[in-house]
Amino acid sequence: MTGWLIKGASILGRERADVLVESGRITGMGADLAAGDATVVDADGQILLPGLVDLHTHLREPGREDAETVASGSRAAALGGFTAVCAMANTDPVADTAGVVEQVWSLGRDAGLVDVQPIGAVTVGLAGSQLAELGAMAASAAKVRIFSDDGHCVSDPRLMRRALEYVKAFDGVIAQHAEEPSLTAGAQMHEGAVSARLGLAGWPAVAEEAIIARDALLAGHVGSRLHVCHVSTAGSVEILRWAKSKGWRVTAEVCPHHLLLTDELAGSYDPVYKVNPPLRTADDVAALRQGLAEGIIDVVATDHAPHTLEDKECEWSAARPGMLGLQTALPIVIHTMVEPGALDWDGVAERMSRTPARIAGLTEHGRDPAVGGPANLTLVDPAARWTVVPSELAGPSRNTPYSGMTLPGVVTATFLHGRPTVLGGKLTESAS
Amino acid sequence: MNRHLLSAADLDRDTATLILDTARGMAAAMTGREVRKLPTLRGRTVVNLFYEDSTRTRVSFEAAAKRLSADVVTFSAKGSSVSKGESLKDTALTLQAMGADAVVVRHSASGAPHRLTEWLDGSVVNAGDGTHEHPTQALLDAYTIRERMGRLEGLRVAIVGDVLHSRVARSNVHLLTTFGADVTLVAPPTLLPVGVTDWPVDVSYDLDGVLPKVDVVMMLRVQRERMNDSFFPSAREYSRRYGLDTARMARLPGEAIVMHPGPMIRGMEIAAEVADSARSVIVDQVANGVLVRMAVLYLLLSGEKGSMA
Repeated sequence: MTGWLIKGASILGRERADVLVESGRITGMGADLAAGDATVVDADGQILLPGLVDLHTHLREPGREDAETVASGSRAAALGGFTAVCAMANTDPVADTAGVVEQVWSLGRDAGLVDVQPIGAVTVGLAGSQLAELGAMAASAAKVRIFSDDGHCVSDPRLMRRALEYVKAFDGVIAQHAEEPSLTAGAQMHEGAVSARLGLAGWPAVAEEAIIARDALLAGHVGSRLHVCHVSTAGSVEILRWAKSKGWRVTAEVCPHHLLLTDELAGSYDPVYKVNPPLRTADDVAALRQGLAEGIIDVVATDHAPHTLEDKECEWSAARPGMLGLQTALPIVIHTMVEPGALDWDGVAERMSRTPARIAGLTEHGRDPAVGGPANLTLVDPAARWTVVPSELAGPSRNTPYSGMTLPGVVTATFLHGRPTVLGGKLTESAS
Repeated sequence: MNRHLLSAADLDRDTATLILDTARGMAAAMTGREVRKLPTLRGRTVVNLFYEDSTRTRVSFEAAAKRLSADVVTFSAKGSSVSKGESLKDTALTLQAMGADAVVVRHSASGAPHRLTEWLDGSVVNAGDGTHEHPTQALLDAYTIRERMGRLEGLRVAIVGDVLHSRVARSNVHLLTTFGADVTLVAPPTLLPVGVTDWPVDVSYDLDGVLPKVDVVMMLRVQRERMNDSFFPSAREYSRRYGLDTARMARLPGEAIVMHPGPMIRGMEIAAEVADSARSVIVDQVANGVLVRMAVLYLLLSGEKGSMA
């Protein structure tokens, strides 16, 4: 197998180097490496990052293949610069058994564009009443380490405590969708000035913050790992700051849309802006950016949530919540964090690759380019800009809130285990 | 404003005044006529698309359209598209194919009329959407107040009751403040939206304290079922603290009037004696509703490509 020579990239935004990739590993790094038989990838002016890792992806298969499949979601992931994605468990059937997580894992292997790491459900059928067979999922071929009822909160405190404790046996982590359900019955958008004006039932920030505070206390009490999904409020950042100051093993993620968009967008009543947790206020956006810059929020995760047209071309209250995210995540982070100077490229690698890989237990991912290391790499042209056109995105769904926006950062190449899945900003022939 | 009437917030003072003046013109044009019908909208089609039961609003719009000689089609889609059945978009495309010049829509989902404008070429009139707005109700309320009090500017208006879930309250807040009235919302704190502090109104929890200082008191319907969601402890306690009975009515200044958008729950938010008293303009509101809706349909559908501006 011939190799690849990535020529002249800036490694994590620092020194320029050539990177030689052969047989899935990085075999050489340095100035002016000889190409030999390797194919040269001109990376002048571009940034080389460890391949991005998404802790929060909805691939919809099995069950809603009309919205997304493992294969179509894998294409979107590769184009977005991801080399690993964690597939959420709220499929149909729910990924609450070893059988279903192995099916998703194997579909990911078949697609071969990104490592698909299944997440297992915490409770049977996401119903919140009985623990799913977490140990069986952990011991399966899918080697599940993250468990989540995402879409639903594990709201029963006793059950949440048990789940946190139980997964310690296999170094698991519970990823909590923090939403106190009795405070959000019928909720449609962030509760505040805009919801009052629009007459849409409010989703109060406290419904998220109360669960994060409770779960942080529980995780501290039993000494377990807690990961908080899609943190969306300024108050949540403060609670996380406090939990971390206690030394508790709590990590958290923020979604790109919560770093950029606000609840004012609901004024159009266009459900493309409906998402759970909802878009919040400009103050929340500022606090989330600050929290991400400081590392109070550890990770950027997409919450990529494809939906069919009929689930979005309807009344706001009838629409399903969720937004596409894989292909726009890095550009939004560049736009909201890198360009304003809140995060450097090492920070991007930390929040979008190293830390999520560590949380998910993906040892072949999240490693900075180094000789002998795995060649899971993302090459991004930070100066290039592109305009989001929904019909040009991979996958059958079109529910991007960024339609028509011009964003910085084009992923020019993605390498998965030494093989390019994306070259020249397009899926490689073997990939497509 | 554009070719739709979606929100009272979209009406500036000139446009809103034009609508009220046009409604008055309609009243003048109708008086003395043997056939209570104007030929203005002959050949135009108005569709009443009602996803919620609302006999009074539907009949009012029907009467308004018929008095302007429009063809009226009533499309009753009860049960709402939200649960199952044909989607709102497909219904819109059907109405579009049938050549609807205006669609008057009542829907349980806030924002449904906004969505319709994306799929329809004709004018969309919001006849009440969820807990968002009911702009023609606010227009008929403003018309009623102006007829009775001679003006709107500087009047003190109390809106009392379930503001949180009330589309009537939202539209009235927009329109009355546009006209320069001073609005006070009176409700238990549980029935006021969290964001109400941003509204250009005063807020009070004390009806007795507010009543002596208002020219108009507008009572909102309060559904008994709200107590099951703990918005208040019981219907009786609600009525005792926020209902308008004869003793409370006596606290009003001499010329003050009492309004209610209907349907009323007598004995809950308003006592029967109050609803039937000389201060009550509730029946006027119903009659004025037809005039105001005539004015809205006329301004949207006649003239250059339908525009109220």
